[in-house]
Amino acid sequence: MRELGCHTPLLIYNQMVVGRAPDDVVDDLFHALSDATRRDILRRCAVGEPSVSRLAASYPMSFAAVQKHVVVLERAGLVTKERRGREQIVRTDAATLDRARRVLDDLEAAWRERVAQMSQVLRAHHGQQPANSKTGEPA
Amino acid sequence: MSVMSIDKDYDNLTITLVSDFEAPIDQVWDLWADPRKLERWWGPPTYPATFEKHDLTAGGEASYYMTGPEGDTPRGWWLITSVERPRTLEFSDGFADQDGNRKDDMPVMTVRVTLREHDGGTRMEIRSKFESREDMERLVDMGAVEGLQEAVGQMDGLLVRSAGS
Repeated sequence: MRELGCHTPLLIYNQMVVGRAPDDVVDDLFHALSDATRRDILRRCAVGEPSVSRLAASYPMSFAAVQKHVVVLERAGLVTKERRGREQIVRTDAATLDRARRVLDDLEAAWRERVAQMSQVLRAHHGQQPANSKTGEPA
Repeated sequence: MSVMSIDKDYDNLTITLVSDFEAPIDQVWDLWADPRKLERWWGPPTYPATFEKHDLTAGGEASYYMTGPEGDTPRGWWLITSVERPRTLEFSDGFADQDGNRKDDMPVMTVRVTLREHDGGTRMEIRSKFESREDMERLVDMGAVEGLQEAVGQMDGLLVRSAGS
C-alpha cells in the first residue's frame, strides 16, 4: 500500500454514485494495485501528468503492454486519460484537485498572516485602534 | 483590520483576498512602498524579511532574504511590472539562490495589489496567482512525500471500513 498516491475516499465516493457495489470497487482497486508496474505508473501520475508514450518509454515493455496497465488503473478509477494534441495524458484527477487545494490553502494562510502583521505595523506607526471586529471576518 | 473575503479559484490557481484597514490610503500604500515597513510583515513571524533592494518603479526590482530560526536565509526577488501610487502595484515574486540570482526552475507568483478609499478607511484587494500549473505542481512536488503518506493513511481508513461492512 505504500505506493498509492491519490485521494482514495473521493474516488470511492464517485464510484458509488454511479451505482457500483463497494466490494467490486475494492476488488478492482486491489487488482490494479497488485502489480509493481501499475503501482509505479500510479506514482508517476501522482506527481506529474505523463503521457502514455512517455510512460511506455520508462519500462522495458511494449507500448501496448503499458497501455493495458493504464486501462486497468482507469477501470479501478485511479487514473483518467485525456487527449491533449497528439498525446494521451494520464492523470489522477482527484490528486490534481487535492494538490491545487493544498497549495492555495497554504497561500491563503500566508496572506492572512501577512494582513494581520500589516495591521500591527499600522498600529505601531500610527497609533491605530486595535483590530476592530467588523462583520464579515470568516472564522 | 478585517479580512472581508477570500476567494480561491482552483482552476485558475488564483487567490483573491479583500481586507479593510482603518487607516488612510497613503499609510496602507507605505506598507508596500517603505522597505522598513514592508520588512515587518512580508515574512512569517519566525522568518522576518530584510529587503536589500527595493525599487518600486515599473521594471524595477527588489531582492530580499528571510532569516529563519536556525539562521537559514531563503532568498527571493520581485520584478515590478506596474506601479500607480497609491492605488496599484503589480509584481512577480520568485525564489533566488544564496547569491540573489533567480532560480528559474522554481515557481513564480504574480501579485496584484489594489487600494481604494472605503468607508473612511482603505480597502485592499490582493490577487495572487501562479504563473502556470507547472509552477504550482513544482511547489507541491517539494512536499510530495508528505502527500503520499497522507494518501496511504486514507487507504488504511478505507480498508478498515470495507472489512467492517
